[in-house]
Amino acid sequence: MSDTTLARSAAAKPAFSLGRLLLEGRAFFALIAIVAVFSFLSPNYFTVSNFLIMASHVAIYGILAVGMLLVILNGGIDLSVGSILALSGVVAGALMQGVELPALGVILYPPVWAVVVLTCTLGALVGAVNGVLIAWFKVPAFVATLGVMYVARGVALLMTNGLTYNNLSGRPELGNTGFDWLGFNRLAGIPISVLVLSGIAILAGLMLSRSAFGRWLYASGGNERAADLSGVPVKRVKITVYTLSGILSAVAGLVLSSQLTSAGPTAGTTYELTAIAAVVIGGAALTGGRGTVRGTMLGAFVIGFLSDGLVIIGVSSYWQTVFTGAVIVLAVLMNSIQYGKGTRKS
Amino acid sequence: MSAQFQSGARPQTDPRLGEVVLAARNVAKSYGNVHALKGVNFDIHRGQVTTLFGENGAGKSTLMKILSGVIQPTSGEIVLDGLPVSFGNSTEARDRGISIIHQELSLAPNLSVRDNIFMGREIMGASGVDFAEEERQCRKLMAELEEEIDPLTPVEDLRLGQQQIVEIARALSVDSRILIMDEPTSALSATEVEVLFKVIRDLTSKGVSIVYISHHLEEALQITDHAVVLRDGTMTAYAPRAEIDLEWIVRNMVGENYDLGSPPEGHALGAVALSVRDLTVPDPKGADYNVVDRLSLDIRAGEVVCIYGLMGAGRTELLETVAGRLRASGGEVVLEGREISHLSIAERIARGLALVPEDRQRDGLVQTMSVGENLSLASIASFTRGLFTRRKAERALIDASIREVTVKTSGPAAAIGSLSGGNQQKVVIGKMLATKPRVIMLDEPSRGIDIGAKAEVFKLLAEEAKRGLAVVYSTSEVGECLSIAHRIIVMHKGRISAEFDSTVSKEKIMAASGESVAA
Repeated sequence: MSDTTLARSAAAKPAFSLGRLLLEGRAFFALIAIVAVFSFLSPNYFTVSNFLIMASHVAIYGILAVGMLLVILNGGIDLSVGSILALSGVVAGALMQGVELPALGVILYPPVWAVVVLTCTLGALVGAVNGVLIAWFKVPAFVATLGVMYVARGVALLMTNGLTYNNLSGRPELGNTGFDWLGFNRLAGIPISVLVLSGIAILAGLMLSRSAFGRWLYASGGNERAADLSGVPVKRVKITVYTLSGILSAVAGLVLSSQLTSAGPTAGTTYELTAIAAVVIGGAALTGGRGTVRGTMLGAFVIGFLSDGLVIIGVSSYWQTVFTGAVIVLAVLMNSIQYGKGTRKS
Repeated sequence: MSAQFQSGARPQTDPRLGEVVLAARNVAKSYGNVHALKGVNFDIHRGQVTTLFGENGAGKSTLMKILSGVIQPTSGEIVLDGLPVSFGNSTEARDRGISIIHQELSLAPNLSVRDNIFMGREIMGASGVDFAEEERQCRKLMAELEEEIDPLTPVEDLRLGQQQIVEIARALSVDSRILIMDEPTSALSATEVEVLFKVIRDLTSKGVSIVYISHHLEEALQITDHAVVLRDGTMTAYAPRAEIDLEWIVRNMVGENYDLGSPPEGHALGAVALSVRDLTVPDPKGADYNVVDRLSLDIRAGEVVCIYGLMGAGRTELLETVAGRLRASGGEVVLEGREISHLSIAERIARGLALVPEDRQRDGLVQTMSVGENLSLASIASFTRGLFTRRKAERALIDASIREVTVKTSGPAAAIGSLSGGNQQKVVIGKMLATKPRVIMLDEPSRGIDIGAKAEVFKLLAEEAKRGLAVVYSTSEVGECLSIAHRIIVMHKGRISAEFDSTVSKEKIMAASGESVAA
């Protein structure tokens, strides 16, 4: 019996082969292929300035995708991120316009840091609503976040009556300037939004690989019942991941409205799908328990660099949609090849 | 007394044995460089029951899958009625009259019993599926199996044993000439097994050939006409029923004499570690009765207590309630003098109460994690300092666990699915032992693992008890009660129906559980 056991585990170890390498590093090779092809097609593609611009576009999807990864690792899905992004942008915009307190007869102009904190708190609250609905009331994640997606979008539209806040710059005499810092400033030549994304990605990566919470998340996503019986607080983990996803959506909303210098209630429509696509292209399993921040980042860059590349070489935006869709289907196909082999038992 | 064979030898041809309908000739199957079968000869005789014995990983299921067309052999041939055949898939085999009842249930829980039985070969009438005819045939099958299951009940509403009956009914409904049963009785009650055996005798008298696989050796001996033993992918022994006994089977399966040990001695029992008082648990599915009914129980440190009972006696519910998964409606659970009924599972684990659940695939293991991560899952707090886990401390804990419970693995990073059933079970036990419990409860720890691994698990528990751990294990195999337990508690319908010390006879235990001893 020991012979068969040893032999079996030896066979389960991945043997080195080119196909295996290509399969496991597929997002990375896809990214290299995209960069190579577009650099060949357009002289403007392979330049530092273009990469930085593209990276600042990727930042929005990337931040959302990190939150989405946490949710997907838990075996759930969060359809509300695009709407939370819009709601956060609109709330930030409203706060920048000043909050009138009729009872006291004053108008408050909160400083930008306070706007950021309040907006992130709002994102956390909406995310927590998702989490509580799913963990405590057993509403399927798809339905709960679909509902919250509509509600958040609706509230954003109600707040502005469908209009857009165009003036987010604040006034020096009120001391609330600087909202454009997130979207426009650079540190050492790198856009702040890209730095924000890097910071979030590193923190999330550390959390997943090194913290107890990360282990809880992988375990409860892989087998919630087993995790529960091993003493993992599975409900708390669930509420936490949706809350984190809400906060990250709010951060993405702030970055986006800062980049656009305007906050509209229709911003971020279908961004939830882009975020899911990035996570899937990055090799995470939609059934939960498998996936990494590194993969998700590669996935976000694949999508961002592909669509920007198509813009640069002047391909119609309709074709971009087709290409993006094809990449997603291909990625899921690869995922099922990779994970299908591992789970089959003799 | 019986014929012993080297690999590749042919079974004796004896005129009494009846005509061979299906045979495997030198069949081998390899997955990469893993040889699941190494040239096996296997005969199925018309109208007789052939039982295949062997430990997990001996190649029993592989051989049956080859005979039923689910997988194709790497080399060798299949001979049906004297002619070589090859089946591309299980449907081709079914069309030739060979059907199989798989070890794992393959039912659609959302569909009714009727729809499950006729899944994939619906009876077509003039206007679509002839549901009335399907229902009629379904009722007839259920009557034959003496089971009161309405054909329109969704399968998910049935208990596990009844689901297994449905699985059996589905195989019977095909009217096959050769029926392969891979562990058909693992969830059945003694009465249900009796009925199944009656059905099998009925079938064999009609000329149907049966291949039977079971871990339940005594049970299989009651029904079989021939025994074939596999070990490590080769056939080690073959004999007709008249020439064999239990001891012969076990000897050929594992190659030496095995017993599951005796109660650990030479250590004094400590104070009461776990005390259950008047515990009452309502049915988790919402039915209007209590699955555990005002049950009281004391377990002392260093004591090994076995809870015996049939399926549905309330053993699992009792253990899961004590562990904190289910909510009690009354009574209290006291761990080392402290009432813990209001605590969460995590808090109970921290206080030293651990449960090894019954279904290791569903409740025990995280398939997406490695062997090491599974082992450390329940004690993450012990190697976390501040925000981060410490890799060295975790590695030390994992290495100690692997040594202590003797997991055979290529290393902590191996996929959990690469382990055999027995080693997977050891991982689940090791995971809970790593939390340094004062009381460990194991729900059917020997389910689906081979006899060698079973003996190792029991030895491990006996050693832990000597060090002062209170051990509670539940079982539905009476032989296991009489191994390491100091005390045997029999549960019947949510209550303790009897309590024995380790000198009791099997018959007394079975009688107290409400089982028919005549079997």
